[in-house]
Amino acid sequence: MKLKRKQGKKQYEIFLQWLLPLLLIIAWYVATSSGHSNTIFPSPIKVLNRAVTMLENGQLLEYTAVSARRAVIGFLIGGGIGFLLGLINGLWRISDVALNTTLQMLRNIPVLALISLFIVWFGIGEKVKIIMVAFGVFFPLYINTYHGIKNIDKGLIEMGKVYGLRGISLFTNIILPGALSSVLVGVRLSLGIMWLVLIAAETIAADAGIGYMAMTARELMQMDKVVLSIIIYALLGKLSDVIASALERRLLKWRAV
Amino acid sequence: MSENANGYKIELKNVKKRFGQCEVLEDVSLTIESGEFVAIVGHSGCGKSTLLRMIAGLDVPTEGTILVNEKEVTGVNSQVRFLFQEARLLPWKSVIANVIIGTPDKNEATAAQSLERVGLINKKHEWPKVLSGGQKQRVSLARALAGRPNVLLLDEPLGALDAFTRLDMQELIEKLWLEQGFTGILVTHDVSEAVKLANRVILMEDKEITLDMKISLPRPRQKDNDSNYFEHYILDKIMKLDEKAAEVRREDYAI
Repeated sequence: MKLKRKQGKKQYEIFLQWLLPLLLIIAWYVATSSGHSNTIFPSPIKVLNRAVTMLENGQLLEYTAVSARRAVIGFLIGGGIGFLLGLINGLWRISDVALNTTLQMLRNIPVLALISLFIVWFGIGEKVKIIMVAFGVFFPLYINTYHGIKNIDKGLIEMGKVYGLRGISLFTNIILPGALSSVLVGVRLSLGIMWLVLIAAETIAADAGIGYMAMTARELMQMDKVVLSIIIYALLGKLSDVIASALERRLLKWRAV
Repeated sequence: MSENANGYKIELKNVKKRFGQCEVLEDVSLTIESGEFVAIVGHSGCGKSTLLRMIAGLDVPTEGTILVNEKEVTGVNSQVRFLFQEARLLPWKSVIANVIIGTPDKNEATAAQSLERVGLINKKHEWPKVLSGGQKQRVSLARALAGRPNVLLLDEPLGALDAFTRLDMQELIEKLWLEQGFTGILVTHDVSEAVKLANRVILMEDKEITLDMKISLPRPRQKDNDSNYFEHYILDKIMKLDEKAAEVRREDYAI
């Protein structure tokens, strides 16, 4: 039995979804168009103008590309290691016992507390941002992969054994797909943390990127630029969320029926 | 009609099983002939499932040996299939992909034939999630029989189904057993299910076998006076044993 809801949003729902952002922008416009100049609260028109000029001179794309590149590389490194360690510790008791306690301890360190330390160690170049992002996304992926594997229905694994699945075939047929929904929860969390850490790292130590743009604009009191960078972060965040849910829809088709 | 070349003979010799301090089976010896369908009935927790699991190679006996087709059981064997109480289908695989797991060469055509035999070929591209409990268990049966096993072990596979679905499934299992001639061992709480399916009913009470009885009814079986006679006889026996156990307990209290 299929429910209507499952066949995608209806038109009025799409409208409803965008109603609040639209109202906010209108309210923003009304609040800032009262005539007298407002340096600390720029009007949407000013922000839009800034976006257009920065698009024209290529800065906006360049900064976005720099930030996105850091985010992706950091995510791949940190997330990749987190996923692999989660698999290894979920599957083998020895490494679980040897590593899990330490990792759970490290998890409690806020990444942002490490910024100063990392700057001293790695300078303010590309490396430090990538390392920070990698460190931040590592834990959600590690923990969710680990728990995904630990929580696989033992009955299914036993069934697999009766049918002669072992080693690689047990892994690809039962363990990996069984852990996948939890892994994807980790991916979603990681993507959120990825942007968060990157903003912080770029604001403190960078020579390019959206965070750098926001920081320099603040120093020059170019508030329209600050707001623009915040909007770009929001859009990038939304974009990664869209990617994550597309992945879920594709990989977890069987859950959606 | 029960003798069939396809089924393996199964022998248990002085099998004991303990989990830690807890003894589940004490000294069970039993021979199940090739192609026989045996039902094991008894209260929960009297070691019936453990017995099946040991024959399947999923558990190891503490003492004694189990022979399947004259060979000692040392692990899982592709000729011995197990039907669990839950269907245990992989939710991320389509129905047909689940049945393919049961085929020896991961062959889709063989899997499709097996699904055809349980009457679910029209569901082959569905996800297990959309199936009813009875349909899931039928897919599970198709998976178990796809490799034409010589032994099928059934651990209360119909326990969670409603009464009508149960009767359908019993008929299906009987039909497939007659066609394929595997040796079947069914663990169940349901005496009429045992009488419907088995050539031989074994009653296990308190870690040992207390009744071993041939059911000589013609097949395919129907519920009639003859089957009622067997059912009553077995139930009577269970009740008497219960009374005896209660007496023993009363005596214990008296001391």
